[in-house]
Amino acid sequence: MKKIEAIIKPFKLDDVKEALNEIGVKGMTVTEVKGYGRQKGHKEIYRGAEYQVDFIPKVKLEIVVEESMAEKVTDTIREAANTGNIGDGKIFVMSLEEVIRVRTGEKGREAI
Amino acid sequence: MINSGDTAFIMVSAALVLLMTPGLAMFYGGMVRGKNVLGTIMQSFILIGLVSIEWVYIGYSMSFGPDIGGFIGSLAWFGLNGVTNAPSPVYATTIPQTVFMIYQCMFAVITPALITGAFAERMRFAPFLIFSLIWTVVVYNPVCHWIWGDGGWLAARGVKDFAGGLVVHLTSGAAALAAVMVMGARKGHGHDKFVPHNLPMTLLGTGLLWFGWFGFNGGSALAADGVAATAFVATHLAGMAGMIMWTAMEWMFDGKPTTLGAASGAIAGLATITPASGFVTPGSAIFIGLLAGCACYLAVNFKNKIGFDDSLDVVGIHGLGGLMGTICLGIFATKAVNPGGADGLLAGNAAFLGTQAFGTVVVLVYAFIASFIILKAIDATIGLRVSDEDETQGLDLGLHNETAYS
Repeated sequence: MKKIEAIIKPFKLDDVKEALNEIGVKGMTVTEVKGYGRQKGHKEIYRGAEYQVDFIPKVKLEIVVEESMAEKVTDTIREAANTGNIGDGKIFVMSLEEVIRVRTGEKGREAI
Repeated sequence: MINSGDTAFIMVSAALVLLMTPGLAMFYGGMVRGKNVLGTIMQSFILIGLVSIEWVYIGYSMSFGPDIGGFIGSLAWFGLNGVTNAPSPVYATTIPQTVFMIYQCMFAVITPALITGAFAERMRFAPFLIFSLIWTVVVYNPVCHWIWGDGGWLAARGVKDFAGGLVVHLTSGAAALAAVMVMGARKGHGHDKFVPHNLPMTLLGTGLLWFGWFGFNGGSALAADGVAATAFVATHLAGMAGMIMWTAMEWMFDGKPTTLGAASGAIAGLATITPASGFVTPGSAIFIGLLAGCACYLAVNFKNKIGFDDSLDVVGIHGLGGLMGTICLGIFATKAVNPGGADGLLAGNAAFLGTQAFGTVVVLVYAFIASFIILKAIDATIGLRVSDEDETQGLDLGLHNETAYS
């Protein structure tokens, strides 16, 4: 099993969710986060005074899938979240030891 | 003879000008950080109380009472002694003198409130009250008498100021300059972020100010007549031209048009047309508004470059606006619009431009020096500035034991 974390632009969340639904991803967790990468935040200007805002709003998705699905999921996210501009985000993939469904106690792929 | 139309118009105008002070409180309040919004609003609101008391007891008499040598009114009208519902023989002769008195009171209230933008987020409340009271007595009342009082020496020299370019905007702008020089910058200025915490509040304040300005300038005709109509129209045209120009400037030079820019431009246009509003054509009013939007935008940008912490731009908008408007009056005034006014440079009377320049220099120098001395004296005795701790945690909690957003 793999856990996939994707940091994307907030306005792309709906597109990514739809695309993932279409390929059969059954659930995800979404968090509003702030951060910066190579884009290095943005500038705000008030009456000509410039302020650098480092941490800009992003959305973090967390998705758990079987190993065989992982590449398809990352490809789908990349396609749906891509605007071609700097600041589109990043995807992290990591191995996952265990998943447990709270209600039934099922474990592993049945619990996903 | 009391004229009911004039009386009704000036009473309504007085109410409109009163509304500008809460409007200013919103305008300024939105621009400061959230921890200082109540402290900032309070500095405008409390002056409605403080200055109104001062005005009723001594301010009105000092400004408009029996002249002493052209420089000040006597205290013969202390506590409104002799100020009745009968019209004054010299001021606004078609309305009760009480109406004229209360209309002028609203001007005295908003003028020191304008200064508060310069020292926003860093002055203690008690010294602020003391400063505002002394300033109103020592700066506002005399300058008001020189220009609008019967026998005032600048008026006798022919200096004109329709609704307060000199009396209101230049005096407060000069005081703002002195205040920033005496108090210095806010803690963290230059590296911390001083981002407006609520721009919708600022825009609402701008709307209230614009609305009130019709009473400020239109009412300064002191009658419901053609001159009031001229001033009313000029006010609107300059406000809109200032807004368009500032927004266009920043769109060109900073990349994007902003709401704060639109608000700032409108106020710049309105402040700049104030002294000229009853004396110029609609075309001149538009030009003056465009000039204000352009020049005040450049002034505020220049302030940012030199790191001068006039926090909410009182100097760059009100000071410069009052100055430019008074000079523009010397250029664009025409008796074709207002036979009781003057002809300016473009109407072939260059001498009037010189008169206006003289009045501007006198008021600027006097208001600056007097404000500087008052502030220095208060700073040396009880101190002007909040403690480090209060400045960091904010005026709202530190000075007033409240928070705006809980």
